[in-house]
Amino acid sequence: MATTTPPQDQSRRGTGERAPGRLGNVIFKGISTTSGVMILVTLAAVAIFLLYRAWPALVANAEEFADVSFIEGNLWEWVAPLLFGTVLAAVIALVVAMPLSIGIALFISHYAPRRLAQLLGYIIDLLAAIPSVIFGLWGFQWLRPLVEPLFAWLSSNLGFIPLFADYTSPARNITTGGLVLAIMIVPIITATIREVFLQTPRLHEEASLALGSTRWEMIRQAVLPFGRSGIISAAMLGLGRALGETMAILIVLSPGYAINFFLLQAGQHNTIAANIALHFPESSGIAVDALIASGLILFAVTFGVNMLARWIINRRAEFSGAN
Amino acid sequence: MSKRIDVSDLNVYYGDFLAVEGVNMTIEARSVTALIGPSGCGKSTFLRTLNRMHEVIPGAYVKGKAVMDGKDLYAPHVDPVEVRRQIGMVFQRPNPFPTMSIADNVLAGVKLNNRRISRSDAADMVERSLTGANLWNEVKDRLDKPGSSLSGGQQQRLCIARAIAVQPEVLLMDEPCSALDPISTLAIEDLIHELKNDYTIVIVTHNMQQAARVSDRTGFFNIEGTGKPGHLIEMDDTTTMFSSPSQKATEDYISGRFG
Repeated sequence: MATTTPPQDQSRRGTGERAPGRLGNVIFKGISTTSGVMILVTLAAVAIFLLYRAWPALVANAEEFADVSFIEGNLWEWVAPLLFGTVLAAVIALVVAMPLSIGIALFISHYAPRRLAQLLGYIIDLLAAIPSVIFGLWGFQWLRPLVEPLFAWLSSNLGFIPLFADYTSPARNITTGGLVLAIMIVPIITATIREVFLQTPRLHEEASLALGSTRWEMIRQAVLPFGRSGIISAAMLGLGRALGETMAILIVLSPGYAINFFLLQAGQHNTIAANIALHFPESSGIAVDALIASGLILFAVTFGVNMLARWIINRRAEFSGAN
Repeated sequence: MSKRIDVSDLNVYYGDFLAVEGVNMTIEARSVTALIGPSGCGKSTFLRTLNRMHEVIPGAYVKGKAVMDGKDLYAPHVDPVEVRRQIGMVFQRPNPFPTMSIADNVLAGVKLNNRRISRSDAADMVERSLTGANLWNEVKDRLDKPGSSLSGGQQQRLCIARAIAVQPEVLLMDEPCSALDPISTLAIEDLIHELKNDYTIVIVTHNMQQAARVSDRTGFFNIEGTGKPGHLIEMDDTTTMFSSPSQKATEDYISGRFG
């Protein structure tokens, strides 16, 4: 049967049944929907992979780990110090990086002359692109010798505070690791916060200035509250990166499996990511499963951190200025 | 507490560009002075020089004198921050701080002075300022809600409450009704009538009926062409300006022949 095109019915024109560009519309919708679904699928795939591979280790008892050289006791006894070290290093990094980043971002957005601000912004973006292994080498070769006298001074003068007790050279301790992480995450945090600060409506800045605020008061009144959710997001972005950072910690830190707050002692802590990188090449069987299980825990922690950030931001959404 | 301002030979610059030239003007205390003129004639620019908000823009500066109460606002030792505390400003678009509640918005300027005010003083001040801005009855039950939850006209009155909470000498208004509907505009105009009992008010407006309705004196700014500086063409009592102005340009503008 021959297919013939029926003559165009004039009365049906313009009803939208065959609008021009309809095909493009369908294709674009398909592409964007697929992309959206891909994200969910990827996330699910990662989670499923981690769960599936980690399961044998999660249900194993201490005896099954007897052959694994780097695990003593059961999985949780092994992971707990690693998790502690991971969070400790990330928190040190964040505590150091946040004030620094907010300061730099404010300088770029509100204090520096325009040309200097542009140059600084460019440099910050460049810093963000440096691979972490470079930061690790730099931290080990350059930063470590630099902070050693400082640590020695802290330990001898403030050593009565447990945090700073008993410094031992070389400074391959969690603090040095945290400092390297801090420097690594400063660019990404700064870049994010700077964008938020630059978006502060001029109207609100002028409202504050017209009330007779100094520049710093204006920043506290208009810029920082407006940027609050952005600052939290930036911190979480940085924290996420610090939690997962592998190479820098692997190079700088002398690993240990303790849970304590001796920030200046080497051989006390390690992080999950660095530990996986350290042991993965020579592992097999249940050891690999255990490493993947630790990865699953890291994944869960990062996920939790992001959920927490979202919750903090939403709690005061009414006052965010987005409405 | 209201004061007069005498402006003499004021030139306003944006970098190399002379935006407003040679303004001489007396702004009377406890009265409303309206500034009218076509777009780009420099009336808003001039207004912003009166509380030194002009210089917030990089490269902008002023030559000449603006004397309030015997003190030149542009004398070398004068801190612009101090000037702005005495001369409040209301902007074209309502700009309450979105991150603050209604009450905190009112207190924003007061808290800047680092005065630790007691809770009851603060509550009094919020009520007095909001009452002064004719907003109290509408918001008294939701003082802890964000300022951005109000309507445009209410937000603008909130901004006026915020400006008068610090008890300034002068209140500058830069087209305060241009983003508002007619009913909100009427509310603001009524408010201006009441405020002039206590404050010196300078208002920039595009709406000539508004200038005629609210002001005691009117100044007409004009510009010869783009790139040329704006000038104050003439200034007189509002009734005179709208009935028999002495300059042809003023008459043309007021009668709607241009602009």
